[in-house]
Amino acid sequence: MEHVVIIGNGISGVTLARHIRKLSNKKITIISAETEYFFSRTALMYVYMGHMTFEHTKPYEDWFWKKNRIELKQAYVTSVNTASKTLHFSEGNTITYDKLVIATGSKPNKFGWPGQDLDGVQGLYSKQDLDRLEQNAPNNEVCKRAVVVGGGLIGIELVEMLNSRNIPVTFLVRESSFWNSVLPEGESEMINRHIKSHGIDLRLSSNLKEIKSDTNGHVSAVIIEETGEELACDLVGLTAGVTPNIDFLKDSEIETGKGVKVNRFLETNIKDVYAIGDCAEQQETVGNRRPIEAVWYTGRMMGETLAQTLCGNKMPYNPGHWFNSAKFMDIEYQTYGWVFNEKGQPDYEQHFHWKHKDDDKCITIAYRKDNNAFLGINTFGIRMKHDVFDKWLTEHRTLDYVISHLKNANFDPEFYSQYDDQIKAAYSNTLQTA
Amino acid sequence: MNTPKPSMSLTKPEAFDLSIKQKISTAIGLLGLIILILAAFNVHFPYKPVVLTLSLVMISAGVILFANDLYLGKHAGIKNDGVMFKSVSSRGIWAWLTGIALTAFYIILYFKATWLGLGQNGAENTGLVALFDPLSNIISGSKASQWFVYGVLYTIAILAFGYKFLLKYRHNRYERLRTYSVMFFQLAFAFLIPEFMARLNSDSFSLPYYDLKNIWPLNYYNFEQYRVNSFIDAGDIGLALLIFGIVSIFVITPILTYKYGKRWYCSWVCGCGGLAETSGDPFRHLSDKRQFAWKIERWVVHSVVVFVVLMTTAVVHSYLGDDQTKYWLTKQTFLISVAAILTLVFVLVMVFKRAQLAKDAKYGAIGYFVIIMVLFAMHYFNGTQLFLFKTETLRQSYGFLIGSIFSGVIGTGFYPIFGNRVWCRFGCPMAAILGFQQRLFSRFRITTNGGQCISCGNCSTYCEMGIDVRAYAQKGENIVRSSCVGCGICSAVCPRGVLKLENDSLKGRIDSNEILLGNDVDLMDLVNQK
Ligand SMILES: Cc1cc2nc3c(=O)[nH]c(=O)nc-3n(C[C@H](O)[C@H](O)[C@H](O)COP(=O)(O)OP(=O)(O)OC[C@H]3O[C@@H](n4cnc5c(N)ncnc54)[C@H](O)[C@@H]3O)c2cc1C
Ligand code: SF4
Ligand code: SF4
Repeated sequence: MEHVVIIGNGISGVTLARHIRKLSNKKITIISAETEYFFSRTALMYVYMGHMTFEHTKPYEDWFWKKNRIELKQAYVTSVNTASKTLHFSEGNTITYDKLVIATGSKPNKFGWPGQDLDGVQGLYSKQDLDRLEQNAPNNEVCKRAVVVGGGLIGIELVEMLNSRNIPVTFLVRESSFWNSVLPEGESEMINRHIKSHGIDLRLSSNLKEIKSDTNGHVSAVIIEETGEELACDLVGLTAGVTPNIDFLKDSEIETGKGVKVNRFLETNIKDVYAIGDCAEQQETVGNRRPIEAVWYTGRMMGETLAQTLCGNKMPYNPGHWFNSAKFMDIEYQTYGWVFNEKGQPDYEQHFHWKHKDDDKCITIAYRKDNNAFLGINTFGIRMKHDVFDKWLTEHRTLDYVISHLKNANFDPEFYSQYDDQIKAAYSNTLQTA
Repeated sequence: MNTPKPSMSLTKPEAFDLSIKQKISTAIGLLGLIILILAAFNVHFPYKPVVLTLSLVMISAGVILFANDLYLGKHAGIKNDGVMFKSVSSRGIWAWLTGIALTAFYIILYFKATWLGLGQNGAENTGLVALFDPLSNIISGSKASQWFVYGVLYTIAILAFGYKFLLKYRHNRYERLRTYSVMFFQLAFAFLIPEFMARLNSDSFSLPYYDLKNIWPLNYYNFEQYRVNSFIDAGDIGLALLIFGIVSIFVITPILTYKYGKRWYCSWVCGCGGLAETSGDPFRHLSDKRQFAWKIERWVVHSVVVFVVLMTTAVVHSYLGDDQTKYWLTKQTFLISVAAILTLVFVLVMVFKRAQLAKDAKYGAIGYFVIIMVLFAMHYFNGTQLFLFKTETLRQSYGFLIGSIFSGVIGTGFYPIFGNRVWCRFGCPMAAILGFQQRLFSRFRITTNGGQCISCGNCSTYCEMGIDVRAYAQKGENIVRSSCVGCGICSAVCPRGVLKLENDSLKGRIDSNEILLGNDVDLMDLVNQK
């Protein structure tokens, strides 16, 4: 029986294993150093905030794995010998494979800041990070102030977490407005205001210069690059993005760049070795998609695709239209298709923007200047239907069509106020003034 | 699995400790309760109306002030911070104390009402019940009973905690509307209307106490002899009520359930549901999510349905006559019609919906059908003996086991330990019947939003019915479960906008996409091939 060994029990590795099991009788082993069972990384924040217990984050009950004959091994892989098809564990033992899948995810970025390894300085990625946070910031007596460095999706989550325990938070964001490397101006500014309205000390255009230590090697303050200001704090959260977690492959034959290089079939340069999820770097990307996409559903899709290939139905990874979602404190965000910010925008792209007077809902629709073709939509505070936008993108609908059919795409709960009339009115206004 | 980490200490400093205002509000509410407890211990209060008002106002004010402090200063949005750390909502010491107190209250209420001061055999009330006499007099013109006391407290609980829930979900119109609805139905239908109806009673005219929204089989005693007799004795109005009772289960309920799912009843109208959704809301996450619990649920709740059908049939049968010339409905016609209705339902389901029934549901249906038939046959052929048991024994055991112990003592007393819908999930025969229809023949479903699910599990955690919503959502599958009461909380707490409660056409309602939108179409087709 062929032995498929998967390193990493995140969404990509686990999806792969489940689908291989559906399709075949192969022997499957999943290795992970982090936790015994698969859990949802995306729910870590809810454990700290007390919305869920860690137990709740596990999508499958513990008996599931045995029942589906998926072997779990909790151990850390230190090196891979592709010639002898052997993995070496930190405890000195080894395991051999017929097919190897690398699904090791990411790790938080550290940019060589002085003091970045002090006690009380941490990222937010793993179960261990969660435990560490519970130690470092159980309440606002132990942690009188926290500084979160890096204004991305994980940064805002960490801010919300600390805020839930009434810990004063300073949020250092390098960009001139929150996440405006991705979001257009109007949206990004609305989120700035929302963050501040929660009492967060949001510092835009602010870089971390240095983290200072007390006499016990614990963080005592940070210094801001631009102003030289020194802020006393007990916790520094480093959330300035993630990079593939592949250091253990350094000495192997497997070709790596930022991540493990793979072709469209998710194959590496070495036969019988594959990579999926956050750690995979596509050599040939699809559409506007980036070579490394550290999001949940792409990991899942790679797992689904690779299961087909490994079970004898060779298939390229072929993601459809881009979509994603997040939540900025109380404001939900969804995106379908591509909406670029002002800086990253291609020449042909133009935006229609509508914002509700309450300053907590808005949409931005991107379209082509020349033929009005619909390119994508960002929505804040309004839920939309994925399959409707997916269809409209495939059918190359126009901006007018999308605006006049917006109601069909609404996914808000029943009885919610509908905004499509306001949006339509705003749209015809812009047409008149333009 | 899924047990919150309780904090068993009373003093441990927590990030989610109560604020000063919340402590004061709690104290005010508890003081109001203490007045009632003192009354129960026969402490004599002068000016009963004033003391009672004071007590009830303090209880309500405690809840309202607490809610104001907890929610009003904050942004509208999901308010579950600290739920798993707070003692009362995480099976900590306060949860156990509350559970024990509630359980004790129910036991006394059902079995030792004299302890509350109920006057026996025409004697004057004393103690707690006497404290409620003035209020009862104003409303119905007669003195209070333990059930009046219970009714008042129950209504106040739904109203005050309903207010709290309204603040908590003030951003969510679905949640607000259905909370107004349960508050209204409790106050008007369960409490005021029956009491006013009692005012109409005189020596020559008397209606049984009737909460119109309380439908058989939840209202398992509706067709008992004393009630049916007094309905009939009360002339046209009584007969209309009796007919309404029959129509509500056989006509109104199926139509509304077809259109909206069982939520129209369970989370918009029902009093048990009303209490669960308001006072019980802080405990919704305690429901057991294991697949094992689901198995038990199906066995227990369907057994209760069988029990209530048998019991009611036996009871009605016991007081019907044999002589067709006296009354058209005889023992024999009645039994034959019950058997006919059951057979009809059974045959229709097996013919049209067999494919949708999971294997074990089918076995269950066949098994139960056979049991019912066997019991009928036994009776039918030997004529004198009433089923296997005496009707009276059957009726009493149902009332004791299901009516009192299950729905009251366990169902509500154990809110802080097993969650707020234990009765609705494991015990309620009404829920089981509505659920059966919801699963097979209703436009209601929860639709999922393509590939946006991040498997975080908020939905499953906060599903009070213990449904593993995530298991469906992460596969992009609609949630069509008989137990779903349509509370809408899964959809509310989902941080990615994945879930929507909807009434839509029957076509494509149960879909099982193994693969989600986002991937290219060929792969979807392929994986969905069976
Ligand atoms: C706090 C947080 C919130 C997020 N929220 C969202 C969100 O809302 N939406 C979204 O789309 N994405 C979100 N993400 C990103 C998403 O979680 C990741 O894209 C996804 O988890 C990646 O899955 P994966 O299977 O590739 O890897 P991972 O989930 O990282 O799993 C890899 C596993 O491999 C283990 N491992 C690594 N190296 C070794 C080794 N040498 N030996 C043994 N084991 C090893 C790791 O310990 C880890 O357990 C979030 C991430 C974080 C941290
Ligand atoms: S449906 Fe929503 S709440 Fe449930 S697991 Fe998915 S993202 Fe989380
Ligand atoms: S599935 Fe959702 S709507 Fe249904 S009972 Fe559970 S939480 Fe409520």
